[in-house]
Amino acid sequence: MSANLINMLLEATLQTLYMVAISGALGTIFGLPIGVYLAVSQRGELLSSPAVNKVLGLVVNATRSVPFIILVVAIIPFTRLIAGTSIGTTAAIVPLTIAAVPFIARLVENAIREVDSGLIEAARAMGATPLQIIRKVLIPEALPGITLGLTLAVVSLIGYSAMVGAVGGEGLGDLGIRYGYQRFMPEVMLAVVVILIVLVQQVQSLGEGLARLVDKRAPRNRGR
Amino acid sequence: MAEKQTTGAAISFAALGKSFEKKGSGQVMALEDVSLDVPAGTITGIIGRSGAGKSTLLRMVNGLEQPTTGSVTVAGHDVGRASAAKLRHIRRDVGMIFQHFNLLSSRTVYGNVALPLEIAGVPSAEIKPRVDDLIARVGLEELSRRYPAELSGGQKQRVGIARALATRPKVLLSDEATSALDPETTQTVLKLLADINRDLGLTILLITHEMAVVRDIASHVAVIDGGRIVEQGTTYDVFADPKHSTTRSFLSGITGVTLPSFIADRLQPERPQGAAQEVIRITFAGRHATDPMLAMLTSELGIAVNILAGAIEEIGPHPFGNLLVSVEAGRGAEARAYLERHELLTEVLGYVG
Repeated sequence: MSANLINMLLEATLQTLYMVAISGALGTIFGLPIGVYLAVSQRGELLSSPAVNKVLGLVVNATRSVPFIILVVAIIPFTRLIAGTSIGTTAAIVPLTIAAVPFIARLVENAIREVDSGLIEAARAMGATPLQIIRKVLIPEALPGITLGLTLAVVSLIGYSAMVGAVGGEGLGDLGIRYGYQRFMPEVMLAVVVILIVLVQQVQSLGEGLARLVDKRAPRNRGR
Repeated sequence: MAEKQTTGAAISFAALGKSFEKKGSGQVMALEDVSLDVPAGTITGIIGRSGAGKSTLLRMVNGLEQPTTGSVTVAGHDVGRASAAKLRHIRRDVGMIFQHFNLLSSRTVYGNVALPLEIAGVPSAEIKPRVDDLIARVGLEELSRRYPAELSGGQKQRVGIARALATRPKVLLSDEATSALDPETTQTVLKLLADINRDLGLTILLITHEMAVVRDIASHVAVIDGGRIVEQGTTYDVFADPKHSTTRSFLSGITGVTLPSFIADRLQPERPQGAAQEVIRITFAGRHATDPMLAMLTSELGIAVNILAGAIEEIGPHPFGNLLVSVEAGRGAEARAYLERHELLTEVLGYVG
């Protein structure tokens, strides 16, 4: 494999990491509060507000129903508004973020709903406000689940990032399509696939490691 | 303005009612016309079977449930009508411990005890000495950096108690706090509660389905059945002279006398053909407890009685006990009627051929 090719692979990897990191971070910033709100606004919950919950749920579902490649194209005007351009790696972050937010919101919602309702009751009995319960009880207790959810989201974003070549987003997926497929360079395709596998593998073990670190629910025998 | 009650009641339930909407069957009354004063500084037990409404009653004291009718007063505050902000304030005066402890798995022992102080906005410089002091009070100094998952049930409940005491409440609510613990641990936790009651003058209201818990630490008791208080008074009076059948049935199980295994193995629910013995549990409570009832049964009716097992203990100055006996099956009904006439409780456990 030529030095030129290796450089291209390296650059594409960095572009993928850039897109995934920024859209993952933005997706968490927006998705986490939405997910928490989805969980606590259900009927009979802390901030029970069934009507708002229903509308928000519909919006989240609608966004998640659109296939990613369609989403990328459909929101081009919005992308241009936000990023100033509709093509390129930075522009690709907009659709990636839009896809990540509802996905992360649902994952966070599920993690929050797993928290034992007895803990909420105990906190209420202490005189905690709903916001205190969210900050001091729900999020810390759901952290292992949230961490695993975010890991899943990042892995999905790595997959999605391969599709943004359609709007001139670069990265590994784009390289694989343009060189490996369109220019019949199977060795590039193979290299791209191997890098993606390694990447996903690393993200997954990192996420699981972090989740174990914050999970105090099971007694541990290792290392006193 | 109505005169404030100055009876020294820490908690007052007045004509309290609670109904729930239930799908399909309309309104369900969980509590009806409950009036009860919990004297300040006492340990008061509310005993009832599951579904009797005791948990709902307890949860109204700190406003986790709202009454449908009537009122709950805690230290002069009407809990049912308090605003959300006022209610949060009242709750800091009312500690609560739970059957399943409800500790945060993500926080250490120290962190769990500190939580109510953080919530109450206590300055962080004050939190540490208070938490250390509370952890020492419940005897967990060595475990303060451990997580709940690393503790035994009894240790977890001690953390729960320390946490409930953190905001220096006037009242402690105990929701079946020992029901998930083994008998030995139950004793140590009950002793801790009794010590706290004595040392801090804290009023403790506990709910339980075990009469032994009431016997061991409560000075006052209320028996709840079907959403109503059927009997209340000092533990001494209620145990010595139980009036209601629910109270009696709770008392009957208290000594935990069991059949010897050679009888238990042969016990059958239906009376067999031919000669058989009827196995009866007799509960002694109240003023006839010391009468030689079995001897009288033999001398007056000529019924021979085999004693299989038994235990007598004292509650206050009163003997209280259980006897397991067997009599000839044909005369069982007669013997039971005679004992019931003398205010002893009987229960047929089965027959042996």
